[in-house]
Amino acid sequence: MMLGRVVGRVWSTVKNQGLETQRLLIIQPVTPEGQAAGKRLICTDAVGAGAGETIYWCRGKESSFPFLPAEVPTDNTVVAIVDHLHVDRTVRPPNEKAAC
Amino acid sequence: MILARVVGTVVATRKDPRLEGKKLLILRPVTPEGKEESGYVVAVDTVSAGNKELVLVVSGSSARMAEGCKDTPVDTSIVGIVDTVSLDEPPLKGKAAK
Repeated sequence: MMLGRVVGRVWSTVKNQGLETQRLLIIQPVTPEGQAAGKRLICTDAVGAGAGETIYWCRGKESSFPFLPAEVPTDNTVVAIVDHLHVDRTVRPPNEKAAC
Repeated sequence: MILARVVGTVVATRKDPRLEGKKLLILRPVTPEGKEESGYVVAVDTVSAGNKELVLVVSGSSARMAEGCKDTPVDTSIVGIVDTVSLDEPPLKGKAAK
């Protein structure tokens, strides 16, 4: 699962039956500090995330599980809205160089 | 899911029997800002998309969950035709956009 921010919406009228009633959001992956990191992608929404909110999403087949028993053809789904984050900067990942 | 533009079709006579009757299209991935990305993908069309249309593409095992693709050897399918894309934040430039 990865952190992201909602940066837009996609509308589609003609779509696969399984995607009907689904909201489609454009997500910008972000670092815990809120900086953009990586390509934007389209996600379905399982929690009702709004514009500008920090969320996390999951990838792969698992992203259709929140909608069970409906079979939704999606490979990225927003599964939570982040309230707040705490990053312990005293524990740094081994590949990180200088102190932040 | 990603956005892509339809740029061509693929015709195959000799193929897995479960792929019979499926329309195969060549797609060019595009960013939400509308910029074309590198590479092409071949996808099964489940929504009758036309040439040059902007479509929604799902990949991986989820592609098989699309209506009409159950138990078929498919890993990329077109699941929607895009009407509108709206962006609240301007696109990024430089390294962060990659």
